[in-house]
Amino acid sequence: MKHIISVLVENKFGVLSRVSGLFSGRGFNIETISIGPTLDPSISQMTIVTTGDERILEQIIKQLNKLIDVIKVTDFADKEFVEREMCLIKINAPLDLRSEALRIADIFRARVVDSTQKSYTFQLTGDEKKINAFVELLQPMGIKEIVRTGKVAITRD
Amino acid sequence: MSSKEITGAEILLECLKKEKVDTIFAYPGGVVLKIFDVLYEQKDIRYILPRHEQGAIHAADGYARSTGKVGVALVTSGPGATNTVTGIATAYMDSIPIVVFTGQVPTALIGNDAFQEADIVGITRPCTKYNFLVKDVKDLAQTVKEAFFIASTGRPGPVLIDLPRDVVTNKAEFHYPEKVKIRSYNPTVEGNKRQIKQAADAIAAAKKPVCYIGGGVILANAADQIKEFAEITKIPVTHTLMGIGGFPGTHPLSLGMLGMHGTYYANMSIHNSDLIIAIGARFDDRVTGKVEGFAPEAKIIHIDVDPTSIRKNVRVDIPVVGDVKHVMTELNKELRASKEPWDAIRKHWLKQIDAWREERPLSYEHDDEVIKPQFVIEKLYEVTGGDAIIVTDVGQHQMWAAQFYKYDKPRMWCTSGGLGTMGYGFPAAMGAKVAHPNKHVFSISGDGSIQMNIQELATCVENNIPVKVIILNNRYLGMVRQWQELFYQERYSSVDLGSVPDFVKVAEAYSAVGLRATKPEEVVPVLKEAMKINRMVFMDFVVARYEKVFPMVPAGAAIHEMIFGEEKKKEEKKLKVVK
Repeated sequence: MKHIISVLVENKFGVLSRVSGLFSGRGFNIETISIGPTLDPSISQMTIVTTGDERILEQIIKQLNKLIDVIKVTDFADKEFVEREMCLIKINAPLDLRSEALRIADIFRARVVDSTQKSYTFQLTGDEKKINAFVELLQPMGIKEIVRTGKVAITRD
Repeated sequence: MSSKEITGAEILLECLKKEKVDTIFAYPGGVVLKIFDVLYEQKDIRYILPRHEQGAIHAADGYARSTGKVGVALVTSGPGATNTVTGIATAYMDSIPIVVFTGQVPTALIGNDAFQEADIVGITRPCTKYNFLVKDVKDLAQTVKEAFFIASTGRPGPVLIDLPRDVVTNKAEFHYPEKVKIRSYNPTVEGNKRQIKQAADAIAAAKKPVCYIGGGVILANAADQIKEFAEITKIPVTHTLMGIGGFPGTHPLSLGMLGMHGTYYANMSIHNSDLIIAIGARFDDRVTGKVEGFAPEAKIIHIDVDPTSIRKNVRVDIPVVGDVKHVMTELNKELRASKEPWDAIRKHWLKQIDAWREERPLSYEHDDEVIKPQFVIEKLYEVTGGDAIIVTDVGQHQMWAAQFYKYDKPRMWCTSGGLGTMGYGFPAAMGAKVAHPNKHVFSISGDGSIQMNIQELATCVENNIPVKVIILNNRYLGMVRQWQELFYQERYSSVDLGSVPDFVKVAEAYSAVGLRATKPEEVVPVLKEAMKINRMVFMDFVVARYEKVFPMVPAGAAIHEMIFGEEKKKEEKKLKVVK
């Protein structure tokens, strides 16, 4: 089962390595991980997407809490939350396909962030499903490159 | 620059004094010269030069285990630092509080593949409780304070501080913080009251309970509380290899050790129990055997300071997170107040256990001509009256030392339980002896293990640290050989040590005393002689080559599925003739 875990950590060097080392050393999976600053510059926030049964998830959360640099761990499993991912996609866009590409982009509310005579680069934000659907529709045109941020999530009040 | 400023090396020394460190095990090298220069002109801290950095860490570890204080070691960068890794991992697996200072190349050179550079913070990240790279001398004192705090609180463990050369030579004012608060580190001390009440109720309701204690009892200094608990409730107590001394081995309620080489009655009690009270233990695979078959009828109460230990390997019905001493004090209060007729409740269960005790006690077959290794351990117990610190290496001798010697007090037993580090014993015994100059300290080794850190003979002789080393010499890597005999069709690959050195001569070459016993009647005289001499002694006991450790739970079996010596007896006789 897939889980989203939010982790507040000290903003120190080596912390990412402690967290990723914990996952690799104990055989836990990381599907995606994204890290950014918080309002407090001494604290960073990580969003980790992982898989495992209930027992493994319990261990992951306990082991994360045990790391000295971890301040707070939030498991989103029993919470209402919003999750988003951002993705940049560069596709082949020769003359005959350009308008079709833009039509698809329009349906998904993707934005064109770069355009050359032969290619378009789109920016799309959404949940995983939406991004996967967009990628699927663009596939026949020839995707040159794709970069995804991994998920971020926030609880709903 | 203000005149109050002192060098990082001097700050380090002041910090150690503030932490009341009296001894460090320290091996010098290029980037830590300044620290050794400062040590040279002071008298407050004894600094002992081991002959290998691994020895330094094991010595600090033995010092810590036998005293309960934080052990300290200091080494140089690069190879000096990497040589500490096994020792640090050993301490980490057994939750031993040590602080290790490693030198590092100057901050400006870090990452440049400089001479004797190693990323020791990266290397030791998974085997330390925490580690630090100090980048500014101004942070040094605070870092040392935090390191000692982290090492010694919660579930203890090793902490490493990496000190670049310029941090040691640069100057700053010295302020040692009185208190330390780390916002992300708050170990739970008090147990949850409701959980403790639940545990007490379950204990009162149980018909066939067993208390299973581990190293956490020793670390929390909770042996008195365990004894009180057992005596109130009349619950029998079994211990892990790490829990030895947490409950008196001579107590009528003691079941001895459980697990792979545990006693028949301990393993049977666990298997048939309806309630297990696990205290400061972590259900290691050497204890549980096949997890699915472990104590099928039992409810489990698990008391531990580390929440990750709970429900890691087995299901737990009543978890209590907290310091074992605190939790047991509270639990004992509850139990005493409950006024159950404990004796009457427990009568049947204890009778059943006594039947198991009689059915298969710990035993071995004595031989009049060849020294049985178990015999040496038995005699050691008699000769010392149990009043000695026993340190072991890893292998068959370790198990015999756990089975045939009775430990009544905590911190009289040091062994590498989790990591199983051959080579641990002798240097750890050295550390224990430094901490307890007036106690007898015996290191029990095999002929394989002792050769892994034999160089510390020089340290002991040079610094007058009279450790008494017992070598149970069967010229085999006996435990591996035992597995090959039982599970690999007697294909003895790489276990015959053949031409082991003459350990008596080795001792003499280092100006230590060497003694040897080849016949059973020589065992006691050699042990007594060693106790009498106030010098470093090697005792070479030439023991039965094919002796095995029993009972044994084969890998993959449940713990009541033990094998015993008798089945193999005939074959052993045959082998003896061949020899």
